[in-house]
Amino acid sequence: MSDEQESVEEFAARARTWLAANMPPADPTAGYFSFHEDPADSQAHADRRIAVCRDLQARLFDGGFAGICVPRQYGGQALTPAHQAAFNRELRGYDHPLEIQVSTFIPCMAVLLELGTEDQKLRHIPKMLRGEEVWAQFLSEPSGGSDAAGALTTAVRDGDQWVLNGSKIWTTGGWYSDWAMCLARTNWDVEKHRGLTVFSFPVSAEGVDVQHIQLLNGSREFCQEFLTDVVVDDRDRIGEVDEGWTVMGRWLYHERTVAGGSPYVTTAGAKSAALPNDGPAIAALARRGGNLDDPAVLEAVGEARALSMVSEAMVGSVSRKMASGALPQHAAAMLRLFSGTATTRRTTLALDVAGHEAVVWEPGDEQLASVGLGYLVRQAAQIGGGTVEMARNVISERLLGMPREQRNDGGPFRDVPRGPAAG
Amino acid sequence: MFATTPDQELLERTTARFLEDRYPVSRLRELADRTSTFDPAVWREGAALGWTSLLVAEGAGGGSVSGNGVADLQVVASLFGLHAAPGPLLGTNVVAAALARWGTPEQQAGPLAALLAGEAAGAWGHATTVGAPGGRRRVVTATPAADGAVVLSGSVATVEGAAEATHLLVTADAPGGPSQHLVPLDAAGVSLTALRGVDLTRRYARVDLHDVALPAGSRVGAPGEADEHDEQLVDLLAAVLTAEMVGAVQRAFTTTLEWTVDRYSFGRPLGSYQAIKHRLADARTQLEASEAVAARAAEALGAGAPDGRAWASAAMAHVAARAPEIVQECVQLHGGIGVTYELDLHLYLRRVVVDSQLYGSATDFARRLGRLVADDEGRAA
Repeated sequence: MSDEQESVEEFAARARTWLAANMPPADPTAGYFSFHEDPADSQAHADRRIAVCRDLQARLFDGGFAGICVPRQYGGQALTPAHQAAFNRELRGYDHPLEIQVSTFIPCMAVLLELGTEDQKLRHIPKMLRGEEVWAQFLSEPSGGSDAAGALTTAVRDGDQWVLNGSKIWTTGGWYSDWAMCLARTNWDVEKHRGLTVFSFPVSAEGVDVQHIQLLNGSREFCQEFLTDVVVDDRDRIGEVDEGWTVMGRWLYHERTVAGGSPYVTTAGAKSAALPNDGPAIAALARRGGNLDDPAVLEAVGEARALSMVSEAMVGSVSRKMASGALPQHAAAMLRLFSGTATTRRTTLALDVAGHEAVVWEPGDEQLASVGLGYLVRQAAQIGGGTVEMARNVISERLLGMPREQRNDGGPFRDVPRGPAAG
Repeated sequence: MFATTPDQELLERTTARFLEDRYPVSRLRELADRTSTFDPAVWREGAALGWTSLLVAEGAGGGSVSGNGVADLQVVASLFGLHAAPGPLLGTNVVAAALARWGTPEQQAGPLAALLAGEAAGAWGHATTVGAPGGRRRVVTATPAADGAVVLSGSVATVEGAAEATHLLVTADAPGGPSQHLVPLDAAGVSLTALRGVDLTRRYARVDLHDVALPAGSRVGAPGEADEHDEQLVDLLAAVLTAEMVGAVQRAFTTTLEWTVDRYSFGRPLGSYQAIKHRLADARTQLEASEAVAARAAEALGAGAPDGRAWASAAMAHVAARAPEIVQECVQLHGGIGVTYELDLHLYLRRVVVDSQLYGSATDFARRLGRLVADDEGRAA
């Protein structure tokens, strides 16, 4: 395009008109992360929702609003983060493909943009932007969740191809994803961070066996993958051989931008009022139970709402401080720690207010079921996306400069001690 | 801590330098034994730095440095917390805000002008029961007399700086509905009883009003408006108190972090144990969260946003709950020395304990926010 870049205001006005004509209104009950009494319902609900996301993503693409900060040759709009931010503001109140932003656009598309080959970018990014390729992250392994560099999944070179064997776990939506970005060990004879390489391959490739993990609330959203002699073309390798940890640096960086500040995420923002077990939701439970005027219940409602509001304020201020350099990027670990502990507390408050009705309920009562079942997986908020213990290490060591923990994983990775279960 | 604009940074630098000079810890320890901790000369200089004018519109003789006076006052209040400095910062600013918003031209030309100049200090007879289920309990009644004059009677508990202030702002029950009055503290029938408490540098008194006759011009605002006005003052109070608590916690946290680096046990720095590191990580995160929500409350209140009251309540509900716990954690990490008078840590503990209880507790403000949420939810349902 030879004419000058569209101003943010003009762009926002155009987006406003387009959204009104093309995107459906948000359905507050359409959240993907909802618990259902019957696990099969959850599964069907998630399947339907992902199909909707693909369709919504295709609409964004056709309307010229997908990949707002992505170069034109890869199907994007080549505009600025300010345009993306304006679009996200206009998006309030409309349904949008929220559930595929992570992992497809951050970190996978963002990593490809930075470190992928021209061939990889041309092959994948336009399809991602059209909703045709949903990506998953094959990162954690059964032998250790937080210690990503301790990956045991192994890739062995065979001419122009690689053969992968191992297992990945805690993959969000492995069963509906089209492609995966996968960390594997390519050299066991060097120090652990130096023998890793990142690959990509279709989830439907031969030798990839995707299994649902049933969580204790019945959710089957997470998957474990077993990789048996999976053949990957060398052209699907991302970054240099044995330089996987460099790629991981950007991978993890982009994954963390889920808290805000990514130019690649299309979202109206998780309004704090929409968080599970926020004050209004607990107030609704209490009104149902007829005890909303109980001072102790009002305190619980207020405490839950305050926690959500503090989270919201903190995301804003820490993001601003990181952007200005007043705080280092490691400060993001404070957001992770706070949101994890605040979410578990709100879950407990909801259970306390609902009381006995949240542990035994009438068939089909999804509202009460979600409180009771949500409580069962309460700690997931402090585990998923990196445990709060890891966040506390990052805060104390990287932000406060306290002494680092002693490590026992130097030298060739082959010789690093592993527990009996890790094989 | 709270400064975000160059002008606020200037206010922060000048205030910090001044408080460091006038209120070093040695001075605070001297003040602990004094009946009065108010220093008129310091207060006049503080007023010249801007301490008293921030909540007052320019038209009424005040002025902010950033366009948001509530945020500006947080810059000052956080430094009062950091230095555990005496005021009366809160009382003076609250009374000034009330007179600027609802005062008569005479009240603005007289008492308000004196407050702004640092020539007088204000006292706020808050006596509010924040978020109480059965509404507010009034302790003062106003009886109408001839020509619009009133006679006030009652007892106002825990008024900061009443002994040195010239005027007391108090809400009284009256036939026309609750109304605010400005009471000259030298009026006939006013008597003060000094109270004791945990704060070393701030002084509190009970103010008893025995048939105090006031002229018609003593009322602030129209009859019946006092409940809403008090709520607005409570919102401002929340912004000031949370910032002050954040400052006090900042000091406690910084000194404790240094302690864990310098202190060795079993041949290792205390701060090398993961059990200690994780607790400091939690404290640091809660400190950041407290500053964020306090600043957000000021942003909303200063802009007159419709959710200002919710943000102010959320800030107090959270900060008043966390601040004392963080400082107690700092005491614990110090071990035995942490509970001595010799260590300065208790200066900041006293500050956050008073701030988190005296004007309504975290629970009270959580209930206040809960009520706002319940009313909203009721409308939406």
